[in-house]
Amino acid sequence: MAADSATHAFPLPAILEYPSSTPPQLITQGAEGRLYKSTYLLPSIPCALKYRPPKPWRHPVLDARLTRHRILAEARNLAKCRREGVPVPTVYAIDESAGWLMMEWVAGVPVRAAINEWLQRRRDAERAEGRSGDAIVEGTRDADADLVALLRRIAAAVGRMHKIGIIHGDLTTSNMMLRPWERGKEPANGHNVEGDGLLEGDIVIIDFGLASQSTSEEDRAVDLYVLERAFTSTHSRAEKLFTTILESEYREAFKQAPIVLKKLEDVRMRGRKRSMLG
Amino acid sequence: MGSDIQQSTHFDNNNTDNSRSPDTKLSSTPTAKRQKIEHHTHQHPAPAEASSPSVDISFTMSTSPILESLQLEHVPSTHSVHVAVFRDVENAAFLHQQLLARNADFEYALIDAGVITSRLQVLSAAFKAITVQLAGTLKTPNVHSEIVCSLSPAKNIAEAYRRHGITPTTRHLVIVKVLVTPATDSDANAKAPLTAQDIEEHLRTHVEGKPVPFTDETLSELTDWGRVRKYYKLNGMSWLDGIKDEVAKHRELDILVMGSMALRGV
Repeated sequence: MAADSATHAFPLPAILEYPSSTPPQLITQGAEGRLYKSTYLLPSIPCALKYRPPKPWRHPVLDARLTRHRILAEARNLAKCRREGVPVPTVYAIDESAGWLMMEWVAGVPVRAAINEWLQRRRDAERAEGRSGDAIVEGTRDADADLVALLRRIAAAVGRMHKIGIIHGDLTTSNMMLRPWERGKEPANGHNVEGDGLLEGDIVIIDFGLASQSTSEEDRAVDLYVLERAFTSTHSRAEKLFTTILESEYREAFKQAPIVLKKLEDVRMRGRKRSMLG
Repeated sequence: MGSDIQQSTHFDNNNTDNSRSPDTKLSSTPTAKRQKIEHHTHQHPAPAEASSPSVDISFTMSTSPILESLQLEHVPSTHSVHVAVFRDVENAAFLHQQLLARNADFEYALIDAGVITSRLQVLSAAFKAITVQLAGTLKTPNVHSEIVCSLSPAKNIAEAYRRHGITPTTRHLVIVKVLVTPATDSDANAKAPLTAQDIEEHLRTHVEGKPVPFTDETLSELTDWGRVRKYYKLNGMSWLDGIKDEVAKHRELDILVMGSMALRGV
């Protein structure tokens, strides 16, 4: 175990100190916590463990309370999504006082990586044809069908989440995974059979660390606005296409969706914050 | 690996001769991934035929036909989990009585197989109970009763026993035993008070039912989906009823059950 700890830059949560078939692997570190890949129950079941370590700069009592509340909120929101059929990782186990949450490991790549790779290939193809390669993606060409289908799935997944009253709080294409379809389980339409398969898969929304529950149009519109901004800054060439598809697909998701989209226009004009106070 | 198990099972049946050996032989093909327990078997390479007596004991233990022994991930190596499944149990009333009398010899998690959907559900209940025990925050008398409570999505302990535990009329049972070896040097392990073999013997003698392997297949035959959906509050979910493929639907239900268990009381 000593050698093991040495390979990790940070101390592991107690639960991960107990033996497992493969050592836990630090995947990423955020502002509040760390994400490990490990195994649950059997060596064949991968899991993600989100650990919020104690913050030494906070008062211990306050720290424990904040950590507890945040872990519980995340777990509850994940569970609610799962029960209502929104594609999110399942919660396997939770220890709110120790500050960890164990979830299903979602296979595949983040949507951001998939879209960027796709845009890169498109650019290379255009350059090969002697064009500049930074043309706006209009979504009208046959080759764009994969991207259009993916954006539709994103909008539908976000719509379903909003429908049940969950606000994600940090919607970006990095917080969505593209889980490959099981063999023989591909949807019958909406994907290009001859395509390179880069954009194939189910959307799984992850990281509910900032999620909250609300059904107000304002909150939903801000959630969409955050996604739009994130998309614009990471995949600017497909910006227009994204907005068009988001509006057409999201509109169908639930009853109040048109009102939310109307509100989104206001939010675009003034930014994420409603009041000028904070 | 598969052939090893077959041979050892055969060998084991010859050794522990009893009236049920044809049954156990039939039902003892462990289809699921079996994990050996390092601290019990040590370095014995599991020979196909009998050699020295010491090898025989450890060998028999790790491949018991009615008891599956597992070492869970992220659980101290001193804790091992042992599971057996019995169909058509005749003496549920007697076993229930032993629990009520707090008979220490019958300290098992006796679970009604009707509310069990998969192997993972049982193992995650065991995992949760062991974790709670290690943290020293048991809500019930021991780790085995805690396993029964871990299966429940609600906090009410009496209700958990009633719905998930054994009742005098229970027909099919999933039995879980957690063994804790003293955390001393390896020599002490050999003299540990209880071994998987003891558990196996004890269950053979006292449970009047037909042992079946602990696999998703056999468990799903015993599942009462009506009760599962009621207890875990999974009724009236239109998207779920929309899944036409029964296997996919049950897998989804199983996942939801595990989620409810994880979020018990939070």
